[in-house]
Amino acid sequence: MTDVTETTRTSVFLERQTYRRRRLVDAARLVPVLGLLLWLVPLLWPSEGDSRPAMSTAILYLFGVWIFLVVIKFLIARPLRSDPSDAQDGQE
Amino acid sequence: MGKRVLLIEDEPNIIEAISFILSRDGWTVETHANGHDAVDVVQGNLPDVLILDVMLPGKSGYDILRELRAHHGQTELPVLMLTARGQSKDRDLAEQAGVNRFITKPFSNAEVLDAVRDLGEA
Amino acid sequence: MIALNALVAICLSYVAFLFAVAFVAERAARRGQVGWLRSPLVYTLSLSIYCTAWTFYGAVGYAARSGLEYITIYLGPSLVMLGWWWLVRKMVRIGRTQRLTSIADLISSRFGKSNLLAIGVTILAVIGTTPYIALQLQSVTLSFDVFAQASGEAEQLPSAIWVAIGLALFTVVFGTRNLDVNERHHGVVMAIAVEAVVKLFALMAVGLFVVWGIGGGLGATLEKIDDSEIGAWQVEGGRWAGLMLLSAAAFLCLPRMFQVMVVENDDEAHLRTASWAFPTYLICMSLFVVPIAVVGLDLMPAGSNPDLFVLTIPLSQGREGLAILSFLGGFSSATSMVIVAAIALSTMVSNHIVMPIWLRFTNSGAVVSGDVRNVVLLARRLSIVGVVMLGYLYYRLSGGGNALAAIGLVSFTGVAQVLPVVLGGLFWRGATRIGAFAGLTLGFSVWLFTLFLPSVGTGVVISTTVMEQGFFGWSWLRPQALFGIEGLDPLMHTLFWSLALNTIAFFGFSLVSFPTPLERLQGAQFVNIFQHSSSVRSWSPGVAQSEDLMVMAQRILGAGEAQALFSRAARKQGVSGNLPEPTPGFLELLERELSGSVGAATAHAMIGQIVGGMSVSVQDLMAVADESAQLMEYSARLKEQSDELSRTARKLREANQKLTRISVQKDAFLSQISHELRTPMTSVRAFSEILRDSGQLTEAEQTKYASIIHDEAIRLTRLLDDLLDLSVLENGQVSLNLRHDMLRDLLDRAAAAALADDDGSALRLRRDRALEDIPIYTDPDRLTQVFINLISNSKKYCEAETPELHIRVGQRGDLLSLDFVDNGFGISPEAQDVIFEKFARVSDQKAGGAGLGLAICRQIMARLGGEITYLKGEGGAAFRIDLPTNITVAAQ
Repeated sequence: MTDVTETTRTSVFLERQTYRRRRLVDAARLVPVLGLLLWLVPLLWPSEGDSRPAMSTAILYLFGVWIFLVVIKFLIARPLRSDPSDAQDGQE
Repeated sequence: MGKRVLLIEDEPNIIEAISFILSRDGWTVETHANGHDAVDVVQGNLPDVLILDVMLPGKSGYDILRELRAHHGQTELPVLMLTARGQSKDRDLAEQAGVNRFITKPFSNAEVLDAVRDLGEA
Repeated sequence: MIALNALVAICLSYVAFLFAVAFVAERAARRGQVGWLRSPLVYTLSLSIYCTAWTFYGAVGYAARSGLEYITIYLGPSLVMLGWWWLVRKMVRIGRTQRLTSIADLISSRFGKSNLLAIGVTILAVIGTTPYIALQLQSVTLSFDVFAQASGEAEQLPSAIWVAIGLALFTVVFGTRNLDVNERHHGVVMAIAVEAVVKLFALMAVGLFVVWGIGGGLGATLEKIDDSEIGAWQVEGGRWAGLMLLSAAAFLCLPRMFQVMVVENDDEAHLRTASWAFPTYLICMSLFVVPIAVVGLDLMPAGSNPDLFVLTIPLSQGREGLAILSFLGGFSSATSMVIVAAIALSTMVSNHIVMPIWLRFTNSGAVVSGDVRNVVLLARRLSIVGVVMLGYLYYRLSGGGNALAAIGLVSFTGVAQVLPVVLGGLFWRGATRIGAFAGLTLGFSVWLFTLFLPSVGTGVVISTTVMEQGFFGWSWLRPQALFGIEGLDPLMHTLFWSLALNTIAFFGFSLVSFPTPLERLQGAQFVNIFQHSSSVRSWSPGVAQSEDLMVMAQRILGAGEAQALFSRAARKQGVSGNLPEPTPGFLELLERELSGSVGAATAHAMIGQIVGGMSVSVQDLMAVADESAQLMEYSARLKEQSDELSRTARKLREANQKLTRISVQKDAFLSQISHELRTPMTSVRAFSEILRDSGQLTEAEQTKYASIIHDEAIRLTRLLDDLLDLSVLENGQVSLNLRHDMLRDLLDRAAAAALADDDGSALRLRRDRALEDIPIYTDPDRLTQVFINLISNSKKYCEAETPELHIRVGQRGDLLSLDFVDNGFGISPEAQDVIFEKFARVSDQKAGGAGLGLAICRQIMARLGGEITYLKGEGGAAFRIDLPTNITVAAQ
């Protein structure tokens, strides 16, 4: 293998990684929006009468969403961290 | 009584010279020495030939000639102009004013005499 | 039962332990061993000061009173951290690049470093934080109270004042040890991280004990929850959403949160870890809140304070160890909050209030840096004590009777007033200082009037009358029913009105006001922070950047030149179109081009603004200001030069007019000299021809004509002599024949010569011969020539009936002046200018000379070290001769 092919492969790989990083950042940005939507669902629940959900259900739902979001965020954050220059990446 | 010449010139020696030359040829020479009233003198006593110096005290020869030609209808009066200024623009000025002959000083006596004879016969 | 003394002892050892942790961390940091101090974990744990005693004790009480509503206080911050990429990242980047020290600094810095704004935010923060500190003091006091009642030692309660003093002391020791440029406190952060672990561990321990030790497992506990009095969903929608917003806002705006999140941040990458780790911490902290509340409601006697369930449940079950751990957890929560809040507030107070005042009153002291450092440290220490004592004061005033959660929310709402300004400042370049000030003032006033003052207690500050009938009796100004809208929850009422009015005022005043240059610069810096501070690698396509550069270059260089420059560079790069890639080479070229127009520093700053890779520092600004000053000076010099040019042009025009006049005179002279030469020549020629050609001339005639020729020849010679004389004088080739003589003799000789061929009656000379008795050393012949000329001129041109020439002599020291004044009509003003020029004649009427006499006189006088001038206003023609009596003296 010559140096040239190595360089070429590396650059292709980097490009793909950059693309993946972008989509990951998109996902990272969407997490709080998703969280807000899910946590505003309780607004639809009735707060009077017998049909209102049980406390345990509410707890399980809210904490379930919470844990779900954290896990997603964790999964997104790990590959993002693998790029050492990420902290310098500035794109709004 | 020969024909009359009126000489308007301010330099006494030149008057003397021209008078001598022309009177010897039979002309009657009258003289006048300044430009102020030269036009009136000419009008009052029209000569057969007018000899006019350019640089005269009071009024230049050009102005006198222009006045005579334009304002007093003296289009036929034969005029010989003498000048000590030899530049070509002086000749132009003289011709514009309506001169018949133009002689630059210093002149030869024969030249002046011929010119006056020509003008007098015309 | 634990003795109260033992509890105090445990507290003190715990504090000692914290001291040790902080001390070790501080020392490690000083040695540069900061690796483990700077881990993302420590950063995340330090963020946990969001969870104060309010969380530790108050959340359970909150849940026991209002069910699941408590959870919103943690959902808001979770969303903020999960969405760190949107906002927190930007705040941290700005905080680090701009070296911000507090939230007040952030706002003041964004709006043109306005100190007024900083003072406003500082006051707001102090007032907003005061209830919160009171809350911590109250919680610690209450927890002591629990143990005291349990052991029957109620009368020996350590009062809140001691807690306050202890906390102030700890904060002073570790918060103001050093005056770091970065305002980072490794020791404090480490202690906080340890406390975060302690409080989490304590709360989870109580929770696990409640679920598995008392509740009988997870399923059983959930059933018990559903059976309890808070067993059903009972949250009001408005409060649910409003509180989520409020807690998110508070998380961003609380001074202590800004301190740990932005100021103490070592590495932006820590945010990525904290984005999931901090929500996880919050989950753990709030997970067991409802079980503890439900079990507490079930186990504890009716009327017991639900805020203290975390303590009272283990105590009631005889678990003293657990109770003590729980107590330490609560203690940790309270102390860490107070410490960080005090540090954050003291930074703000000392930086924005104390230091400006101190510097103003001691104008000179600022030069000595050591001096200032001491003052700053002292100011911080006093501020810390002041802030903690304010909290104590609030605690005493409010009587410690309110529920913890209610106090916390009052505080949150106050601090949240900063949110519109922060968001606007970070994302909207149009935000102005005036807008920020208006928004903050209005929002803060509404909060103060509708929530804070009533919270102290009805009748304490705001009377019952005002509460019920409104301010000034205006019913639309009732603190809890603004504009007559009643029935709202007081907190939501305040939150809605304060933030709404705040935002409207902020935007409205921003729109109508105009920002200062510094504000605009800072606005661009903040809003576009990532374009400024990021490295060259950027996602934005190069074309967009090149376009920006093009727009800027066009403004500075002009459209045509800029386009030419860009397309030239594009061709060189081999890029199609007119926009080159912003390569370093091209940027350098552009910077050079721009610096030619606007100065180097300005060009550098402008390109830096667009391309990024740098932020504009104060030094840059100073350089820009310097350059502007230089440009102004330069343009002033240009104006001076152009004034001088127009003066020169005027002089040139005058000179040209004079030249033209002289040239006309020269033409006239040529005619004149021709006339003067030809006239004698004419006579000579005419008479010599007569003599030659006419044989019969009389003797007398011959003699007469010959003498005419002779005279005219002499006249010619004289003319040629004059010309030659003048030429020699003008060329400076004349050699003077200097002798001693008497002025009177010279005048006698001149008069004799000038009037020789006259009969003597024409011109009469008036002289004062006594005054003329002056010895003189000069060239007498030349001077006499001048006199002769003046006298002959007078003789020739004086038009008076009895011409008279008056010669006046005056002497001043070595200078002699002679006036020759005749009684004629003088010389016309136009002619006065030119009489001394060559070829000029005073009059055409008397053709006495060639117009060279006065020119020759002037040349002679110049040679003799004097001058000849025309005297105006003497009536007749008047000339003045000034000359030295001794030419050699004058020459020296």
